[in-house]
Amino acid sequence: MSDYAADKVLDLKGLPCPMPVVKMSQEIGSVDVGQIIEVHTTDPGSLSDFPAWAETSGNEVLGSEQGEFIKIFIKRNN
Amino acid sequence: MNAEAAVNLDANQDQGMAALQGQLDEIKKQVAGIKPGPENKLSMVVFSGDLDKMLASMIIATGAAAMGMKVVMFFTFWGTAALRDAKKQAGGKDFMSKMFGWMLPKGRGELKLSQMNMGGMGTAMLKGLMKKKNAPTLDQLFDIAAQLNVEIKVCEMSMDLMGFKHEELIDYPGMDYVGVATFLAHAKNSANQLFI
Repeated sequence: MSDYAADKVLDLKGLPCPMPVVKMSQEIGSVDVGQIIEVHTTDPGSLSDFPAWAETSGNEVLGSEQGEFIKIFIKRNN
Repeated sequence: MNAEAAVNLDANQDQGMAALQGQLDEIKKQVAGIKPGPENKLSMVVFSGDLDKMLASMIIATGAAAMGMKVVMFFTFWGTAALRDAKKQAGGKDFMSKMFGWMLPKGRGELKLSQMNMGGMGTAMLKGLMKKKNAPTLDQLFDIAAQLNVEIKVCEMSMDLMGFKHEELIDYPGMDYVGVATFLAHAKNSANQLFI
């Protein structure tokens, strides 16, 4: 189990494509560089979309886990 | 070393330096001529006025903007009808313009599916499904696009052909009216281009 101390939890459950990455891009600025956002999503596409988003936007996916919903941990890098 | 040999050596050194300087100048000239590569930008032609293709265009545009890409959308031909505002009217139209205006969708709310429309039943079913699955509507996608600074440019010639007037289009921040050269200038500097 991946466990990171998140500075902020972003609940995006129930939102389909493209909303998870859109919301993420709007929220990433709300934490400081180096801080971690824990995203909760029910969109299975997020598992590949968030790494793609992070690579393009210069941020980092630290890890993810699937349970009742998907958790993705993202570190703001710039 | 005698004096004659020393003079020859100096002359050789001077020659060598001059050659190096020449090469350096040549390289400087080449470096100055290098143009910057394509930007992290998406240039899209939105040609289709079909609901399904418009949804795809707006989802790709907002997704790209979310990924930090600059996005420029060029609405042309049938696509321009999607930019009409259902609540706005424009007067002073000739017969053909009135006909076009009457036959084409009055805004994004009236767009139909490109397939399985079935007299509007298919479109209604898709909209119902989207609502059930909480998928963003075209209205929401246009709002998000505006928030993410997606640029919308409209083909002036299409507007003229269809008889659409500027005052009957939606209010969208920074929307302007352009020609093909503007699209090409953007596309040339974009890492990605799409035609939908």
